[in-house]
Amino acid sequence: MLSNCFMLLVEIVNYLVLMICVLVGVAFVTLLERKILGYIQIRKGPNKVGYMGLLQPFSDAVKLFTKEQTMPIMSNFVVYYLCPVLSLFLSLLVWSVMPYDVGLVSFNMSILFFFCCLGMGVYSVMVAGWASNCKYSLLGSLRSVAQTISYEVSLALILLSFIMLLGGFSLELFVKYQCYSWFMFMSLPLSMVWFASCLAETNRTPFDFAEGESELVSGFNTEYSSGGFALIFMAEYSSILFMSVLFVIVFLGSSPCSISFYLKSMLVAFIFVWVRGTLPRLRYDKLMYLAWKSFLPVSINYLILFMGVKSLCFVLNL
Amino acid sequence: MFTLTLFSLLTIIVCYIVMTLASVISKKTITDREKNSPYECGFDPKGSARFPFSLRFFLIAVIFLIFDVEITLLLPLASIFNVTNLFSWLSTGTLFLLILLIGLYYEWAQGALEWSK
Repeated sequence: MLSNCFMLLVEIVNYLVLMICVLVGVAFVTLLERKILGYIQIRKGPNKVGYMGLLQPFSDAVKLFTKEQTMPIMSNFVVYYLCPVLSLFLSLLVWSVMPYDVGLVSFNMSILFFFCCLGMGVYSVMVAGWASNCKYSLLGSLRSVAQTISYEVSLALILLSFIMLLGGFSLELFVKYQCYSWFMFMSLPLSMVWFASCLAETNRTPFDFAEGESELVSGFNTEYSSGGFALIFMAEYSSILFMSVLFVIVFLGSSPCSISFYLKSMLVAFIFVWVRGTLPRLRYDKLMYLAWKSFLPVSINYLILFMGVKSLCFVLNL
Repeated sequence: MFTLTLFSLLTIIVCYIVMTLASVISKKTITDREKNSPYECGFDPKGSARFPFSLRFFLIAVIFLIFDVEITLLLPLASIFNVTNLFSWLSTGTLFLLILLIGLYYEWAQGALEWSK
């Protein structure tokens, strides 16, 4: 009984540490983004607060949280108020699938859990746009929902083709099976498609139609300010960080208990920002064509191929 | 399962605390009607924001629904590999995926995926 309680306490502390580290990581990803965008545009980026701008994210957080909270009269206020909580909740909870060797949960069905969280993420955007009862928000959320669900299909199918190879839904299998060769070398096109789908899934440029600021002020979060905006912002960056970490686990094969894992995920997060600094926004119909007419056929064809590969491996006793 | 429930509970509590904290320490102002009206570049909002939207979005959602259901049906295919006959696994799986693929091409040919004419 006592040892049970102790184990429970250890797990809770483990998880809290993970959550706090993710939040601090999110803070520094924003700093990384501003710095890189700065240097891409040949300027310095934030470099005054703290030592070389190191404390900038924290001062930003304090500023955001002390801003005035608006109470739009037309909105459905309770829903409007709780939506950011839901979105941050989902993007933090998805971190529990991290395949650590010790501590945390690292359960068998972690990929299914990831799909569930991904699917639920649509609701927070949709409800946030609808509940703020503003034209810009509604249009932004509609676009974002259509985009996210389109790319979710190819995202799921790509992951499914690897699941076929591994024969299980655990992320630990990815770590185990890639100790000799990365899946990125095995299927480079698939990894590219996955990365582009991740960009679309997290609403990043060149697919940031959820907040196309030239048309829709700020998209689905137009009516949000202060805490609500901060939470949506944190959720967005947390999911970016998670997507880059997942890319490393799925394609670049390393366990979260090694240093190279963190270097690689930082590199992928850097590429996320790099894309933002380089590419212009797509047209909306082209975005839909990209998802339905090129990514989806590619991923279904790959799935059939990988089923054949799996059978061949089984027949040849590899 | 128990730990996961615990984790979800913990996460939602933390998120809610952050939100409440923001409400408590944020700047307080007098609310007036103009400021709290929906944002429309300084104008009075014209009409309701709950307007009808393009049917394309709905159609995309329907197509998505079909594909998502099919993905759900595909999911067990991976985990039953070790307990089933190889031939039936491969033939049923490939047949199912081919139907999915040809269905997609058919939709494409019929113009269901066209966004605008």
